[in-house]
Amino acid sequence: MESTIVKSVNYNAYFGDNHVVKDVNIDIPRNNVIAVMGPSGCGKTTFLRGINRMHELIPGATAKGKILLNTEDVMEMHPIFVRLKIGMVFQRPNPFPNLSIYDNVIAGYKLNGIKLPKAEKDKIVEHSLTRVALWKEVKDSLTKKGSFLSGGQQQRLCIARAVAMEPEVLLFDEPTSALDPISTSTVEELFHELKKNYTLIIVTHNMQQAARVSDKTAFFYMGELVEYDDTKQMFTNPKDTRTQNYITGRFS
Amino acid sequence: MKGKIKYRIGKSGGFQLLTVILACSCVLPLIAILVYIIRAGITKINWSFLTNVEKPVGELGGGVIHALVGSMLIIFFASIIAIPIGILCGIFLSENKKSRLAYWCGLSVDILQGVPSIVIGIVAYIWMVKPFGYSAFSGSAALAVMMLPIIIRSTEETLKMLPDSLREAAFALGMPFHRVILKVIVPCGISGILSGVMLSVARIAGETAPLLFTAFGYQYLSTNMTKPMETLPHLIFKYAVTPYKDWQDLAWGASCILLLFVLILNILTKLITRKWKVQL
Repeated sequence: MESTIVKSVNYNAYFGDNHVVKDVNIDIPRNNVIAVMGPSGCGKTTFLRGINRMHELIPGATAKGKILLNTEDVMEMHPIFVRLKIGMVFQRPNPFPNLSIYDNVIAGYKLNGIKLPKAEKDKIVEHSLTRVALWKEVKDSLTKKGSFLSGGQQQRLCIARAVAMEPEVLLFDEPTSALDPISTSTVEELFHELKKNYTLIIVTHNMQQAARVSDKTAFFYMGELVEYDDTKQMFTNPKDTRTQNYITGRFS
Repeated sequence: MKGKIKYRIGKSGGFQLLTVILACSCVLPLIAILVYIIRAGITKINWSFLTNVEKPVGELGGGVIHALVGSMLIIFFASIIAIPIGILCGIFLSENKKSRLAYWCGLSVDILQGVPSIVIGIVAYIWMVKPFGYSAFSGSAALAVMMLPIIIRSTEETLKMLPDSLREAAFALGMPFHRVILKVIVPCGISGILSGVMLSVARIAGETAPLLFTAFGYQYLSTNMTKPMETLPHLIFKYAVTPYKDWQDLAWGASCILLLFVLILNILTKLITRKWKVQL
């Protein structure tokens, strides 16, 4: 059986008095793609941001419970270490506008003040950009600013930036919702490649996407984890009526 | 019917014309001042004007070098005091929008902006001049207080405009707060911060009131910050009210220099803002 890499135990998240994630228990196996889906406001993004402690950056946001990365509780670790091990890609592509493409990829090292020899930096940049299928497109314009790329390329640049830190887990918060269909399919193909080396957790409100890219799917509703199963199982034979209603489009 | 439409078209045209006329009437006083002072002042500026200190009444050919150097020094030290405090305070305000401290801090900045410059001068007099005597440094301190609100507000407004996604991108890479600010947020907003700094310098370059009680004025060239020092606005104030023609000429020349300095600073600000703007 596959080993578990992330495990949440009775995880609760709040915005002030608003209880947005309720008692979530989930086991995420290594080298899998996990889709997290559910209607708007169901707490899926909040849960995702809880995994690398981004949730608490919002004023008034608090969380309770445990999230284990391997065997360590990320709630006990310093957020900086957590975020080095668990990378994140956001809804809108957000390359650093003041940095070149090259510097954007190694931003995690450069901006953290980690000094590396030039040869090693070159290797990381080429390796990371190759992984996100962007190397061929940008290898001649590495010194240009990141904002010069198209939206889809920018998003892949952001994935490369996360990949460059060699994290164990990559979190995606609706990574394709701001992209056109062609860029979306490029990014989706990437997921299959990336899962060989990383564990991917993808929040999406697009059911087809969840069905296409994921091995397992978690369905959130009103802050609760309603159902969590193999994607095929979930989409063909959901156990909970709420899941069934959602998949069949009775509410969204 | 036709007459009604014609009337409405006419009214619309009239209103547009009115906005143009009023817009021009804002620019006119500026142009009038510029033309008048440059015409009156530029002829008084020559080598001896720029290299000599003032002479006693009756002796011809005094200059303003002591005031020029004094103004530069006092502005320089005021900037050293105000820029770090102002930028850090601006960062604090933009990063902590909801905290109570930020609210009071923002409120005091607004009030500080409204305090008359002469009052700031009096306060500097009581706190610094009374115990330590007249000094250029107390003038710098008074001017620094006047610079603060401009730098703070422009820094805050610039950084608030940056999207949160930028901050999140940096935090998600495991960057500590100080690096997020210094390596990502400030570099992305640098054009706005710099323009605030330069505008604040332009703002204080012509301040006279706070210097009356602090830097006081001095008729010789001095670079000692702990002693009184002459400044351009003070020199203009002092000479413009005298009945002697050659002293009045010095005041015209000094006004012209001061005006050109502020004008150039403003133009530079525009250029820098355009050049260094980070395309988001």
